[in-house]
Amino acid sequence: MTARRLETGGRIDRSRELTVKFDGKSLPAHPGDTLASALLAGGQQMVGRSFKYHRPRGVVAAGVEEPNALVHLRSGDRHEPNAQATMVEAFDGLTSTPQNVWPSLQFDVGAVNGLLSRFLGAGFYYKTFIGPFSGTKYWMFCERFIRRAAGMGRAPTLPDPDHYEKINAFCDVLIVGAGPAGISAALAAGRKGDNVFLVEQDRDLGGSLLSEPLGAPSDAWLAQARAELDGLPNVRVLTRTTAFGAYDCEVFGLLERVQDHVLAPEEGKPRQRYWVVRAKRAVLATGAIERPMVFAGNDVPGVMLTSAVRSYLNRYAVLAGERIVISTNNDSAYPAAIEFAKAGARVTICDLRAEAPTQFVDSAKKAGIDLRPGHAVLKVSGGKGVKAAHVVRIGPGGKIKGNATRIACDLVTGSGGWAPALHLWSQRFGKPQFNEELDAFLPPAEKGTFSCVGSLIGSPSLRDTLSQGHEAGGAVGKEPALFGHADHWGRNLVPLTVIAKVNGRTPGKAFVDFQHDVKLADIDQAHLEGYISVEHLKRYTTSGMAADQGKTSNLNALARMAELRGLPIPSVGTTTFRPPYTPVTIGAVVGHDHGLNFRPTRLTTIHGWHQDNGAVMIETGAWLRPWYYPAKREDINDAYIREAAHVREHVGIVDVSTLGKIAVQGPDAAEFLNRIYVNGFKTLPIGRLRYGIMLREDGFVFDDGATTRLGDHDYFMTTTTANAANVLARAEYLLQTAWRNLNVHVTSVSDQWCAIAIAGPKSRALLTALTGAELSNEALPNNHFANVTIAGVSCRLHRMSFSGELAYELYIPAKRGRQIWEALMAAGEPFNLKPYGLEAMGALRIEKGHITGSEIEGRTTLKDLGLEGFASSKKPFIGSVLRKRPVLEDPARPSLVGLEIVGDTSTRAGSLLYALSAPTKGHGEGWVSSVTYSPALKKNIAMALLSRGPERHGETIQVVDFVGGQSWLAKVVSHHFFDPEGKRQNG
Amino acid sequence: MLRIPCPVCGLRDETEFSYGADATVRLPDMNEADPKVWHDYVFIRDNPRGPHKEYWHHVSGCRQWIVVHRDTLTHEIFGSALAREVAA
Repeated sequence: MTARRLETGGRIDRSRELTVKFDGKSLPAHPGDTLASALLAGGQQMVGRSFKYHRPRGVVAAGVEEPNALVHLRSGDRHEPNAQATMVEAFDGLTSTPQNVWPSLQFDVGAVNGLLSRFLGAGFYYKTFIGPFSGTKYWMFCERFIRRAAGMGRAPTLPDPDHYEKINAFCDVLIVGAGPAGISAALAAGRKGDNVFLVEQDRDLGGSLLSEPLGAPSDAWLAQARAELDGLPNVRVLTRTTAFGAYDCEVFGLLERVQDHVLAPEEGKPRQRYWVVRAKRAVLATGAIERPMVFAGNDVPGVMLTSAVRSYLNRYAVLAGERIVISTNNDSAYPAAIEFAKAGARVTICDLRAEAPTQFVDSAKKAGIDLRPGHAVLKVSGGKGVKAAHVVRIGPGGKIKGNATRIACDLVTGSGGWAPALHLWSQRFGKPQFNEELDAFLPPAEKGTFSCVGSLIGSPSLRDTLSQGHEAGGAVGKEPALFGHADHWGRNLVPLTVIAKVNGRTPGKAFVDFQHDVKLADIDQAHLEGYISVEHLKRYTTSGMAADQGKTSNLNALARMAELRGLPIPSVGTTTFRPPYTPVTIGAVVGHDHGLNFRPTRLTTIHGWHQDNGAVMIETGAWLRPWYYPAKREDINDAYIREAAHVREHVGIVDVSTLGKIAVQGPDAAEFLNRIYVNGFKTLPIGRLRYGIMLREDGFVFDDGATTRLGDHDYFMTTTTANAANVLARAEYLLQTAWRNLNVHVTSVSDQWCAIAIAGPKSRALLTALTGAELSNEALPNNHFANVTIAGVSCRLHRMSFSGELAYELYIPAKRGRQIWEALMAAGEPFNLKPYGLEAMGALRIEKGHITGSEIEGRTTLKDLGLEGFASSKKPFIGSVLRKRPVLEDPARPSLVGLEIVGDTSTRAGSLLYALSAPTKGHGEGWVSSVTYSPALKKNIAMALLSRGPERHGETIQVVDFVGGQSWLAKVVSHHFFDPEGKRQNG
Repeated sequence: MLRIPCPVCGLRDETEFSYGADATVRLPDMNEADPKVWHDYVFIRDNPRGPHKEYWHHVSGCRQWIVVHRDTLTHEIFGSALAREVAA
């Protein structure tokens, strides 16, 4: 192929020159070029090696369907794999390198795979490595070599330096594709006053009109249409934007390549923008993609689509070959061939049909074209470039006759008909209908809120295309009238794209899917092996599964399967299209939602103090909480043990603002609480609080917390941090669906209240000194609350204990949290007050045997947790019936116990439990839920769920951590390790 | 992504909602003591293909539970109503 840039013509800016690089070689280009057009103009015929066989490959197409010309783009942290050279706009400084070549593009070691092709056919992986070698490590051994040899581009390894944006948008009508049909629709809808989005993947509006010769009648119309669109403020035109997904309820995903066409994004601009557009209706004007012909050597560089060669000629002023042989099964090759000839090429048309179309014969002959009706290209010879086409006579039904004639040439093009780009339609609605006459799957013109127009539905002429667009847009204003041969539908098509010998084989490798190296013979083999379903065929041969998703291969693979099975194409079916239409950068979908922006971080209003005072923080759900406050040279173990011991001896405070808090209000609040808690709440007097447990309807424990009665109809509920949202949603569900007659309102007040727990023998003295309130055991017994004032702020002081010490929880208006915390710290100095973190809080509650999320984990019942005594027998509550299911009453169920670990090391949560003499195999008899070192007992202890646990106190068992590979012996004890009578908290 | 009509907030993205349950199933009366009734309520659910009524919770909106009339096959949504206003 001796491609060259023509002296005149093309839609490129010849006044400016720029340089692009490929494989280290500099190539001249102009604004308006793509990397592919620059490669062709620069004589770079071979652009990569194929996926499996490492065969030389060149540019096939001029657009989004390009299967071969995939390159690495840019370098360093902007390195990008699998860029289609046909879609990459040329810019000054562009660097690109070929993919899947080693050591070089010209000499590639992997090409030896080509010699082994009979072993690398359909199902190769399954047969070789899964079948006979299954269960061996052979596959794993081979995989790394195979992965290196077979592949697409190299994934980037450095962090992406660029920004990506997300935008939500709404419109009346989304028009996809700005060719003649889409523009016509946008004009009509825009005039009507609709809020219009016109989306075009190319840099320019025009679609197929951009491949018309410069100065074609359509140019004037296009210029006028663009100007009118510019003047319509209600029409938003998005170029360089791909509508990649059509989703339910008319939601569309768009990818706008804002700054892909420059070396690096301008300051403040995103590289790409991801749009989520919600449209009232859609007009699809996505056009059609030409089908390649399938013959031996159809992948040699220099075998292209006829329409692509036309685009390179008319849009980029690049004549891709001097001596061109065209193989066509329809009329659409003729206007293109005439243009090639006029541009100076010698052209032969092999028409698979017996007769050349009469309307083109004269002009073709006048242009000097060698017309060969009843002929086809059987084979192309050449290695790294086309050397000759072997042309053969062909009869009806595609049967070849006689011997082939060799025609020396440098370019062979195929015109196998057109495949509508119905991907978006199919994503939304499923299977399209097959049209026999056009040999293509077509969507209907109207379905639901979708209109399809233009080549997408096989529009017979440009005039029809414009008219369809006009109607779909709303038919406002003058219907565009434009004549010309920009008719991309091949008329009078014979449905034949495979040229093979009489025995059905091709004289050399003929490819169906270029990008995944799937040969015609692979389809045949799959058929022989009994594959019938096209979905299976696709997965077995991997045809249509590459990055291009079979834009040029699907129909040819289907047609072959249909032929082999002796069925019409619609009976064989088509595969399902799924988003995205073209690959979408993950970065664009992520946008700014990564790192700290992945989700909001919830901070308590005391957070600043924790930070200022050296707290080590830990993530719990979305919350950041103080984990421990290390003194000098302390690690976490030193710190929490010190903090926990300090609480038992003096007094400590901990930030518990993360607890869920719900205001339960209304005349039926008590009845509501009575139904959702297992214990009774109807008798709770004002001024008191009560610990309560909730079950799910299936009888398992859901959550626990304390609820305080503030007034007649006014309750304040706390939930665990983790379940705050779930409890509220559940309460709303019950009140709004089943219990509508209850007059109760639930409101989240989690963010309105800050909470601090004050625990330890000196807590009463501290709080008395700080508040001046009477806090004696008589004035404020356990499970009562008092209103107090601290530093002029009204707070609520709840007397309750999670640590087992004399303890209080102070509820403070959220904004005053830090102020009150600091007031406590200042007043606490004489009492030796210290803050403690989550780890020490855990140690204290485990010493007391209190449960948290580690025990309320969705599989435990009241009975399992030793809390059955809380359940009221006088009233029904959620879960009261199903908790009594026989399976949940089984005494062999794992139940809560304490463990004292023998030795000096701590066990790990999740460790499994086995009887002393039992083999440590299988799931064991239970598991460890929580572990700590107990400073009060000076022992490593744990809470665990053990089968028949309460009957086994005193027994020694084995504790095995299979993850860490450690085991311990432990003594089963009551989980109420410390002060089981509760003297300290009630004192 | 579905677009769900909330009777309070209008047409909103599915991401603002969480799916609740089959809206044709009724919570048994609290005095119901038969385990079979509760068992059937909790565990026996249909998975219909076609038009269906289901609860959605407008969690990131008005926090109302709504009944959405939706075709599970086509995802077409025919309408919605506040759960508290739907005949029990």
